Amino acid sequence: MSASTAKPASTAKPGARRPRRLTKRQQQRLVRGVLYVVFVAGLVGLVLLADWETTRRNFFNVELARTMFPEVLTIAARNTILYTFLAFSFGLTFGLLLALMRLSSIAPYRWLATIYIETFRGLPALLTIFLVGIGIPIAFGTRWPTLVTITLGLGIVAAAYMAETIRAGIEGVPKGQMEAARSLGMSYTRAMISIIIPQGFRIIIPPLTNELGLLIKDTSLLFVIGTTPATKELLKFGRDLLNINANATPLIVVGVVYLMITVPLTQLVRVLERRNARSR
Amino acid sequence: MTTDGSQTQVPAIEVRDLRKSFGELEVLKGFDFHVNEGEVVCVIGPSGSGKSTLLRCVNRLEEPTSGQILIEGEDITDVDADVDALRSRIGMVFQSFNLFPHLSVLRNLTIAQRRVRRRSKAEAHEVARSNLERVGLLDKIDAYPSHLSGGQQQRVAIARALSMDPDMMLFDEPTSALDPELVGEVLAVMRDLATEGMTMMVVTHEMGFAQEVGDRVVFMDDGAVVEEGPPEQVLGDPQHERTRRFLKMVR
Ligand SMILES: Nc1ncnc2c1ncn2[C@@H]1O[C@H](COP(=O)(O)OP(=O)(O)O)[C@@H](O)[C@H]1O
Ligand SMILES: [Mg+2]
Repeated sequence: MSASTAKPASTAKPGARRPRRLTKRQQQRLVRGVLYVVFVAGLVGLVLLADWETTRRNFFNVELARTMFPEVLTIAARNTILYTFLAFSFGLTFGLLLALMRLSSIAPYRWLATIYIETFRGLPALLTIFLVGIGIPIAFGTRWPTLVTITLGLGIVAAAYMAETIRAGIEGVPKGQMEAARSLGMSYTRAMISIIIPQGFRIIIPPLTNELGLLIKDTSLLFVIGTTPATKELLKFGRDLLNINANATPLIVVGVVYLMITVPLTQLVRVLERRNARSR
Repeated sequence: MTTDGSQTQVPAIEVRDLRKSFGELEVLKGFDFHVNEGEVVCVIGPSGSGKSTLLRCVNRLEEPTSGQILIEGEDITDVDADVDALRSRIGMVFQSFNLFPHLSVLRNLTIAQRRVRRRSKAEAHEVARSNLERVGLLDKIDAYPSHLSGGQQQRVAIARALSMDPDMMLFDEPTSALDPELVGEVLAVMRDLATEGMTMMVVTHEMGFAQEVGDRVVFMDDGAVVEEGPPEQVLGDPQHERTRRFLKMVR
């Protein structure tokens, strides 16, 4: 503890080993120091220079935020989740069908599935939503129930993406699994259902969860098909309030709600990926 | 284990002039071969000589290019043959075990019984238990394949095949993927099976097993039978230069 025991080692040969240049370690420490200084300076600058009152009024207006509750949760967030769920279920089911078609030994099935997948992955999602929500009703003079329109508008594209993910999962199952199943007398279909697809899905749970996250954000495109107060999803809900109040606070609130949904999901993906990696 | 002399009997497996090509590559070049009921035939030969292809043709995991395969007298190369029903009568054991990793040992053994044989849950469980006991792994009934050693996995794979009550068993180098110290336990199970009278076609590099358990040994090379006969003859006093060279290599 005393100074006499702490010093001697470093001062044993004064000057003799004094390096002329910085060691690699010292260099690194210097760079880190500079980066910290820049960060703190930026923060101080922001605090001093920003117009905090204007910012608070336009982005963090508590009174305005308060008026958004509970509807932002009971209507907007609920709809976002409902639409995501519907589109995901449709995409998963139809995507599985497309994946099986792509793997089929019957060539026309393969072509059909390939054309579908390439088409809807190649088009902007917005175009498909326009097509389903506006194009088809105009052409045939029929209007589907809103939920059907929404499910198809988002699900048609989701199915195309998920089909490729599912196909990769199925192809990721070792060939020996199908052979073992067939050698026990199972038909191709039975082997697919009991042996291959369950294993394929295990492989693709992380990418599928990712696609779920993308889908949540894609529900924000649904505004183009027109909504009633009861069918607004999060972004439309926030945008309308933005326009009415000429204030950005609703966007911040809606953004926070989005994050409350998507961040746990990305964390979940991380957990699943780690678990998958361990079970190999 | 050879059945003594009932001349009217049809072979369990009969292969006539079997040819199989993958594109330009002809792998089986007119193969003639048979296994009698209750017989254990060991197939030996260099790597790439077509042993796996031959075995896989027998239960039509590969489509033969030409020739005939008769299982208990029934032509299975016929387009109308019920391949699924045929396969359920032929047990197959793979070099890489191929257990279903997402299912417990019990479910590995019951799934085909339930889905293919349409057995009741109780019956399937009963059969599974007795076959696990047979391979000495009843205590692993609830384990998952990834928690078993290679030798244990292969014994479960044998029990899985046996649970379908097959008329015959095909083995494709069942011990080649195993650590040396685990080979014995798998061979012991196969030896028991042979003793119980199972019809077996075994592709193997275990010359000791072929010598001891085999009723007949077939040496094949380059897609055709080079020589066959009792193990003492083929392994002990080979007539062909290629057989001698091969045996010198594996010993
Ligand atoms: N599915 C396949 N496609 C193309 N070639 C194959 C296929 N399966 C086997 N072969 C070829 O057939 C030959 C015999 O293979 P195989 O029957 O596995 O031999 P072995 O089991 O005696 O080692 C090898 O040259 C191999 O590359
Ligand atoms: Mg082989």
